[in-house]
Amino acid sequence: MFKFLFERDTWQEVFDSLNKNKLRSILTMVGVWWGILLLIALLGSARGLENSFNRLFGSFATNSVFIWGQSTSKPFKGFQEGKRVRLSLTDAKKVEENIEGIEFVIPRNQNQGLVVRGELSGTFGINGDYPLLDKVQKVNLMHGRFINQNDIDNRKKVAVISESIYKQVFEKDEEAIGELIQINGMNFMVVGLFEDSNINMGPRTEIHIPFTTFQQIYNQGDQIGWMMITGKPEYDIRQIEEDSKLMLKNLNKIHPQDKRAFGSFNLGSEFAKMTGFLTGMQFLTWFVGIATLIAGVFAIGNILLITVKERTKEIGVRRALGATPFEIKRQIVVEAVTLTLIAGFFGIISGGWILIALDSAFGQGPDATIVNASVSIAVVFVAIIILVILGTLIGLIPAFKATSIKPIEALREE
Amino acid sequence: MLTIKKLHKSYPIGDRSLHVLKGIDLSVDEGEMVAIMGSSGSGKSTLLNIIGMLDEADEGEYILDGVTIKNLTEKKAAIYRNKFLGFIFQSFNLINYKTAQENVTLPLYYQGLKRKERQEKSLFHLEKVGLRDWADHHPSELSGGQKQRVAIARALAANPKLLLADEPTGALDTKTSYEIMAFLQQLNDEGKTLLIVTHEEDIANMCKRIVRLKDGVIMEDVKVDQVRAEQYV
Repeated sequence: MFKFLFERDTWQEVFDSLNKNKLRSILTMVGVWWGILLLIALLGSARGLENSFNRLFGSFATNSVFIWGQSTSKPFKGFQEGKRVRLSLTDAKKVEENIEGIEFVIPRNQNQGLVVRGELSGTFGINGDYPLLDKVQKVNLMHGRFINQNDIDNRKKVAVISESIYKQVFEKDEEAIGELIQINGMNFMVVGLFEDSNINMGPRTEIHIPFTTFQQIYNQGDQIGWMMITGKPEYDIRQIEEDSKLMLKNLNKIHPQDKRAFGSFNLGSEFAKMTGFLTGMQFLTWFVGIATLIAGVFAIGNILLITVKERTKEIGVRRALGATPFEIKRQIVVEAVTLTLIAGFFGIISGGWILIALDSAFGQGPDATIVNASVSIAVVFVAIIILVILGTLIGLIPAFKATSIKPIEALREE
Repeated sequence: MLTIKKLHKSYPIGDRSLHVLKGIDLSVDEGEMVAIMGSSGSGKSTLLNIIGMLDEADEGEYILDGVTIKNLTEKKAAIYRNKFLGFIFQSFNLINYKTAQENVTLPLYYQGLKRKERQEKSLFHLEKVGLRDWADHHPSELSGGQKQRVAIARALAANPKLLLADEPTGALDTKTSYEIMAFLQQLNDEGKTLLIVTHEEDIANMCKRIVRLKDGVIMEDVKVDQVRAEQYV
């Protein structure tokens, strides 16, 4: 039945008829071309936004929540309202041990400090960190290493510094690893250099030093600034947040209903919001794209229908010469499918050009809003299949119209 | 070759119906050249359309080359048309965007012939109508007479048993008309059966038999002495 598709004559007929009616063919194709172009451009941009978003959040374990102490808003067990709340290592350990679904809890301390190296100096955010931090908030090392367990155990005076500090306290192209810098008057050896992140969760972090070292030099004792809790992927991070907070309130003798005592930032729920937004956008894109596509295909059907009327005589002649209704239908359907496909390919190509243009306009550099705007081959295939199906269906309308006219009527002299 | 018995045909016009053919009896033998004459409304075109299987009779019998033509599906009708009949129209009905040769090829295409065969046959028939050199020209580049000759070549291409011509000279001047008639006569001399609808006496007299229709019945059916068209060319 589909043998005719491989016969030169079929295509000769189709291309003759399309080629000799150029204006009609071109007008017909514009609709589908536009639909496909929109679909590709929209899907590509949506993907680009998603990519940039993923790049932004990519270095974070998104199933995380940050919790820090504030001050109480309710009196409880003899304590006045407004009691300052400070978290401790014990709290962190208890949370890690008792709350269900926790991957790990990372205590952090944070302070401002003056960093001096020779003549150069600056004030930066200094964090006392555990090696695990790298798992939650990926530290993109350019040189050297991150803090390790040995640093923690021996309270080593080592520092992992950011690119921006390097630029401020080092000369250009100077080797930083192994050099000493002074933090609050104490010498620290630089062991790692990391790339500035374009998104910051929590306080500014420019220097990482071992947690234990921080504890010692700032005399923190058991206290910690905040903790980062990462949940196992199958657990709901909002539940973990609730459970942890409740437990922390219990441990610190705080009213269970006190909403101010602990501050938190739930990366998981923020991420979910953004993901929801992106999903919505993608749905909208598909919807708009396919709707436009259908409109385009209808335009093709419409124009083919008009031209069938125009070609009534030709079809009558063909039938007088022995064309069966099936052959006529087949030719019109093949014409429609060919038009949609050609238009579709042009649409895919020009949609691709738009994505290339978008990429060169918005896709460059670390702050790009649209990263690698692209459409997967699968999507392109789906689009083509949709086109073929729609093209066939829409081709059937004029085809049936064409053969419903009796040849005698088609040939009637005017 | 062709037998028609008690053929009736009416067309609905509004809620009434117009009785166009009121019992036609006609028989045409192989090698005949018959003119069907009549004023407009006499039913001559309807008769031709029924013979051409473009239309179907309401009542009566129609046998073509031993095959009873009745209740044909569109598909069957198309196959019979392709096999038995060649059409020549008043307004030529060439497909404008196809060259002369491509037009002649068309029935062969629907006959399912191979490309090469089609090309050979179409050139052969164009040669026959004297237009081989015009094979690659489009109808718009041809004169009326040339167009009709292409149409004749097209009608001949499928080697039909019967040629049906509906006012073949109606759109041509006298000289060209005679040229076409001379050619049709030549085809008849070679043995082709022709049925020509016309309302021009001189054209009718160039056939071998004249059937006159009036108000849907045959008034007269006479053999005539054929006037050869060559003498006027």
